[in-house]
Amino acid sequence: MSITLTPADWLALFGHFMSLSLLAVGGAMATAPDMHRYLVGTRDWLSDEQFSSAIALAQAAPGPNVLFVGLMGWNVGLNAAGGPSGGWHAYALALLGVALAMLGMLIPSGVLTYSATRWAHKNRRLRAVRAFKAGLAPIIVALLIATGWLLTAAHNQPARDWPLWLLVAASTLIVWRTRLHLLWVIGAGAVLGMLGWV
Amino acid sequence: MPPNSGPPPADALNAPRSRADLFWSFTWLALQGFGGVVAVVQRELVENKRWLTREQFVEDWAVAQIMPGPNVVNLSMMIGDRHFGLSGALAALAGMLALPLLVVLALAALFVTVADQALAQCALRGMGAVAAGLVLATGIKLIGALRGNVMGPLACSLLALAAFIAIVLLRWPLLWVLASVGGLGCLWAWRCLGPPAPPNADSDHTRRP
Repeated sequence: MSITLTPADWLALFGHFMSLSLLAVGGAMATAPDMHRYLVGTRDWLSDEQFSSAIALAQAAPGPNVLFVGLMGWNVGLNAAGGPSGGWHAYALALLGVALAMLGMLIPSGVLTYSATRWAHKNRRLRAVRAFKAGLAPIIVALLIATGWLLTAAHNQPARDWPLWLLVAASTLIVWRTRLHLLWVIGAGAVLGMLGWV
Repeated sequence: MPPNSGPPPADALNAPRSRADLFWSFTWLALQGFGGVVAVVQRELVENKRWLTREQFVEDWAVAQIMPGPNVVNLSMMIGDRHFGLSGALAALAGMLALPLLVVLALAALFVTVADQALAQCALRGMGAVAAGLVLATGIKLIGALRGNVMGPLACSLLALAAFIAIVLLRWPLLWVLASVGGLGCLWAWRCLGPPAPPNADSDHTRRP
């Protein structure tokens, strides 16, 4: 798709990610619905397919999921140049999009987190700081187990999904009880998936 | 130290040698993170590099989780800052993002529709199942870190159970869970910790018998 962006539009793109940054408690993915509303709906800068494939690609690739934000900027930049056929001009705008999106998403939360955790570390002997960390510890452990549970339970047809459940159980046991490198486990999952066994 | 005595005591910990060490450690960590990155972080920082004890990891992860921004990114900044100040935080942050971002952009430029292909979808299904297993195993391993918690085993189990029910059965948003069950936990821990120790007591309060 092809769109036109004025400097004010680029600034608005930056501003939108800045405004979402502090709302991203629990990860940037929590703000994806609002990005969709703005980028695909209100502004019409991205197509639906571009939006969902950016998320899928960032989840499939290594690295933190927040990189999907960079891909949003990349696609907006490409669209502003009329698509990848625009050559170097298109890639330059795409990189501008990446920079604006990532910086907008990371600066506010980064500054807040940096200052707050610095303060907390300096005052780690304070009763309030110790209570905060000790009180949250059981919730954090439960959150991890619940996340694994929800990821598994999203596949909820026993007749079709039992091999997948078996794979979850096997990888849990392997990671818990052995020191096998995690990349082997992930690679095995990818191969089993491609073979159609799970 | 006798063998098999569980996690190392705090004095057996290592530290990152330099900012470059931080950068490359977090780059390597990020490049292994195909979903379930918390498992990679726990394995690398606690079990392999020994920059953190299991207990410190749970505490730091709690903070990284509750602050806005991606939790692994927050954790990398916290660890970088602790050892080398602001420049350490930036080195760790850059490590976490720079190379992985290049990888993602290269993938996007080369295979625009890779995520739509049937084979990629199948591989993702398998990798997703493994990611679920990685996160579950990390959660199970970290249960042991609650043993030294000031609230004691009963309160910890009740809080964990309440959080699990709120997330899995009631499907509350994370923010609600942290505010309600997490708030309750903090208040209870505050009570259990008792009045503050004398100002010049320099013992390590977090490791109680």
